[in-house]
Amino acid sequence: MDNNLISVNNVSVNFDYQENFISKKQKIHAVNNINIKIQKGSFFGLVGESGSGKTTLGRAILGANKISSGNVIFHDDERDYDLTNMNKQDLKEYRKKAQLIFQDPYAALSPRMTVRDIIAEPLEVMKITNSRQETDERVRDIAAKCRLNIEHLRRFPHAFSGGQRQRISIARALVSNPKFIVADESVAALDVSIQADILNLLKQLQTELNLTYLFISHDLSVVAHVCDVVAVMYLGHIVEMGPSRQLFKNPKHSYTKALLSSIPSIDPEKRSQAIELKGEIPSALNPPPGCVFRTRCPNPGIDCKGGEIKMGLTEVEPGHWVDQCCAL
Amino acid sequence: MSHLLEVKNLDVKFDTDEGRITAVENISLSVDQGEVLGIVGESGSGKSVTAKSIMKLNPGNTSYNEDAEIILDNENVLQFTSKQDLKKIRGGKVSMIFQEPMASFAPAIKIGAQMVEQLLIHKNINKDEAKSISINMLKRVGIADAEKRFNQYAFELSGGMRQRAMIAMALSTMPKLLLADEPTTALDVTIQAQVINLIKDIIKEYQMGVIFITHDLGVIAQVADHVAVMYLGSVVEKGPVNEILKNPKHPYTKGLLQALPDINNLDAPLSPIPGNIPSPLDRPTGCVFRTRCPHHNPEGKDGKIEMKLIEVEPGHWVDQCGIKCGQNG
Repeated sequence: MDNNLISVNNVSVNFDYQENFISKKQKIHAVNNINIKIQKGSFFGLVGESGSGKTTLGRAILGANKISSGNVIFHDDERDYDLTNMNKQDLKEYRKKAQLIFQDPYAALSPRMTVRDIIAEPLEVMKITNSRQETDERVRDIAAKCRLNIEHLRRFPHAFSGGQRQRISIARALVSNPKFIVADESVAALDVSIQADILNLLKQLQTELNLTYLFISHDLSVVAHVCDVVAVMYLGHIVEMGPSRQLFKNPKHSYTKALLSSIPSIDPEKRSQAIELKGEIPSALNPPPGCVFRTRCPNPGIDCKGGEIKMGLTEVEPGHWVDQCCAL
Repeated sequence: MSHLLEVKNLDVKFDTDEGRITAVENISLSVDQGEVLGIVGESGSGKSVTAKSIMKLNPGNTSYNEDAEIILDNENVLQFTSKQDLKKIRGGKVSMIFQEPMASFAPAIKIGAQMVEQLLIHKNINKDEAKSISINMLKRVGIADAEKRFNQYAFELSGGMRQRAMIAMALSTMPKLLLADEPTTALDVTIQAQVINLIKDIIKEYQMGVIFITHDLGVIAQVADHVAVMYLGSVVEKGPVNEILKNPKHPYTKGLLQALPDINNLDAPLSPIPGNIPSPLDRPTGCVFRTRCPHHNPEGKDGKIEMKLIEVEPGHWVDQCGIKCGQNG
């Protein structure tokens, strides 16, 4: 039955924080006790507001952040990689298989390298190809798949628009033939007309190259459109997780409900139905005990208001998990 | 009845090393008191340049056309040259809220001091009065502990709070016209909902005219009374918000609406507008949208149709080339 590509087991990520050199050392709990399984070939969405820990979790899964406790297993065909216990050789192998697409296509590409060099760099660094000819072939191949004009490979990034640059970043991420891609806010910097194009491209490449995505975004309508499974994060915790259609049609957690209602509707007659959340996301330095959302929850029960209910997911419907505070 | 603001036949051009760039061409807009005009468009469509022209805030290499007029409160802003006159509009009659509140507050000066400074410039009051006005304004926009925040720096406030402080600052001089340039883009959705409601309340309370610039059609649907859709420096369609969003005529407006992922209709495919926005250096002749238009008519394709807005229904104006294309699909 094991069709998972990634298993994240009880992962927490803490950062040390010291305001100045005489003050006490504190811990920022960026990600707390996360359990997710990402199936092969799925489009897994991670949504949440800024400061919810979605990027930290994504980076932890790539091995770019230290994991404080718990482990992440990458199930490859022949063997499993345990990210918390990996030597340099393994890490090098893992890097070929898991790649990241960044948010800002203007900052992610070196202005002094040609597009060909940008796309070829991973191949050279990871020593995947043996000759220049082979490298060029791979570059041209992936560039065509990402719908880049082959004649443009000799140009520099400044000659390209945002959408084209994002396609270059995608080509660079895919050139080493990875199985798993973390796309961190990859369409957030693009105009809507271009955003749709990149989303369609990601979908198309998924079927063509057999990819699995972790798609990190703050935009719920985008996530609802492309992802099969969605996890909603708040202050380092997953508060709700499930198949995306089910979750968006029938949200159970008050935070998910509030998020969904906050999306500005395109219909001018449906104004301000937003469930307004008071205040802002608390600091991760001292998160509220018990349910982390209770300080902003529009309808807290007596128990959760007092912080007596611990965080933890319960399954309300097959595959649909909700934090127990709101599930009660 | 005269409008609060009327922009007539405005062209804005920039002289650069690579040649003269047309940023805005032949734009006419008007805003009444208590009304919100939304300007939508993608990056590079000239939304911000249009707004900045109203305060003459565009850089030194800008040239405006001779016959353009920006009439604010019966005065032509474009003819203002003296510092005295410009001061009257900048921060006085017109205030602006920017996208990135961190970048628009001076980082090393306390928020309160910045608020007081502009009040002293524009109003004939003393420091204590200015302070109490500022603190009241901070309270009005929903900042708890206004006295404490007054003595803090911008970096000590969270994003939502900073944007509220920015709004308080813009409103404290009681401007007649508020220019809001992507004021909610950098905010999270839940905070965005708070800020949009705040701006709507304040418009009602103070009866200002507002130009609300955004690329998000959803936000426009929530706040605007009228909309102008801009593409590559030209208005391609304008009219009442209900008309434009429910009954769009121009292929660009239609394309934007179709490209938007709709959470209530997950089965609809996402259809991007093909191609890229052309560089303003080689702006197409004739209809500016023709290089990307999916349903172009033969004359429009060759650039033989001039850009010109035509009233298709009362108050609903569409570019003439777009009307023809719009009928094709």
